[in-house]
Amino acid sequence: MEFFLQNLVNALQWGSFYSLIAIGYSMVYGVLLLFNFAHGDIFMVGAYIGFFVSTALLAVFGTGAFGLPTGVSLAVVLVLTLIISMLLNSIVGMLVERIGYRPLRDAPRASAAITGLMIGIILETGNLILLGPQRRLFPELIPTQTIELAGVSITNKKMLIVGVSLLLTLALHQYVRRSKWGMAMRAMAYDYVVVPLMGIPTNAVALLTFGLGSALAAAAGILYGTAYPVLDPNMGILFGWKAFVAAILGGRGSILGAGLAGFLLGFIEIFVATIFPSTMRNLIAFGIILVILTFRPHGFFGEPHSARLRL
Amino acid sequence: MALLEVHNMTHWFGGLRAVHNFNLTLEAGQIRGLIGPNGAGKTTIFNLITGIYHPTEGRVVLDGEDITALSPNQIADRGMSRTFQNLRLWRYLTVLEHVKMARYSKLTYGLVGAFFDTPKREAEEKASTEMAMELLELVGVAHWADQLVTSLPYGAQRRVELARALATEPKVLLLDEPTAGMNPEELIQMMEIIRKVHSQFGMAIFLIEHRMKFVMELCEIIQTLNFGEVIAEGTPDEIRNNPVVIEAYLGKEVET
Repeated sequence: MEFFLQNLVNALQWGSFYSLIAIGYSMVYGVLLLFNFAHGDIFMVGAYIGFFVSTALLAVFGTGAFGLPTGVSLAVVLVLTLIISMLLNSIVGMLVERIGYRPLRDAPRASAAITGLMIGIILETGNLILLGPQRRLFPELIPTQTIELAGVSITNKKMLIVGVSLLLTLALHQYVRRSKWGMAMRAMAYDYVVVPLMGIPTNAVALLTFGLGSALAAAAGILYGTAYPVLDPNMGILFGWKAFVAAILGGRGSILGAGLAGFLLGFIEIFVATIFPSTMRNLIAFGIILVILTFRPHGFFGEPHSARLRL
Repeated sequence: MALLEVHNMTHWFGGLRAVHNFNLTLEAGQIRGLIGPNGAGKTTIFNLITGIYHPTEGRVVLDGEDITALSPNQIADRGMSRTFQNLRLWRYLTVLEHVKMARYSKLTYGLVGAFFDTPKREAEEKASTEMAMELLELVGVAHWADQLVTSLPYGAQRRVELARALATEPKVLLLDEPTAGMNPEELIQMMEIIRKVHSQFGMAIFLIEHRMKFVMELCEIIQTLNFGEVIAEGTPDEIRNNPVVIEAYLGKEVET
């Protein structure tokens, strides 16, 4: 039982990253009917932005530059890092949409897919050129504290990661369900020709969709950095593909579906790794997903032959 | 100055001239009709006026403002609304949501309203729902307000689309074959609804139709289009007896 609970806690943390990235995949697909294959690399960029923002904030607060108070608590730095990085990364996402995808709005789907892969490569190699091949150490923003609960050790980091990702998922769900822009996003998914005739600019909706997805990816990057503080330019590739699988598993276009499937993928990976040799992890985990998709090809919350943004 | 003016509009699709030298003067409160055989370019003209396409040549002027180069959402904001020949409804939304969606660009509550039930949100949502219900009442589908739009009979779906177009409070309403696919009974109902809408809101209406009875009874002026060119323009009586129009529809009599 303790063994199970301990792994459950680990799986929740691991699934949080997948969840946050998968939501970006799913949401963009739901609105624009394209998979943004650069999304894994946008997660990587988000992690690096988080690294630079937090390092800069620590330096500024450490020296009291710009007349700012010194001795600010690390929690404040973390919150500021999250907010600033999510904003900056949403700009990155919007640039990707504006430069990469908008010219292809009426092009065949394959063109958009190839463009996405290319943008991903540009982001990876661009990072290599600008920052060099060495890995970066994400600054320690929360000193680890371990709480023993019923024989299960839970770190404050794990609680933070799971808490923040759940909070962001629910907030996004609420936003898409209740805001007027969320309504526009859903309408655009159903029939995008009509949306502008209601006075809603489709390009702005597309930008917003990319922006929101990239903001969540930045949050995932920072949370990842707090748990596994080593960043490298290729960290987004595998994460991106796995989150893509989670988005499919959750049902394309479903925000909550992508969130849940992200956690499920985390569970499968962690439990496979504890029972079987860890080298078999991906093989068995994706074998399980393949079986699920055989019986439910449209995912948990997807509908056959439809790919609309749903709640 | 008329409410909507189109000057010398020509549009090419590659090597095909879909619309040639089209002119239109639509006065405030006027109902005009556009008829013509299939493929004459009627819907293309609608798409050009609403900004879905931009004309190769010519100008579109709405209420004194040149809207030729504007995007569809900007044109919609300036008071133009339309329906489609093939229904373009949103599948998983209810009837009420369709009409409310059309009001969404007029909502002003922001991020706080999206997450909490602020008084502003409540007031706006309430006003929006009431307005939507009134429109649904007007077109006679209010009792289906909470149904998914796909579960409605075809004629009722068309009326939902009309209500959605009305919800943006248009000065100019473009109707693309509002009775397509309707049975004679639904056609009469639709005609009454359009009359009612027109007498209540008094907007200018420009409509495409194939059913002659419908056009002849509703419109003050009718234009006939063939191969992208206006071949006749006049009152219903003039159009009915115009040999060029009869020829376009029925073909030329073979001389013996």
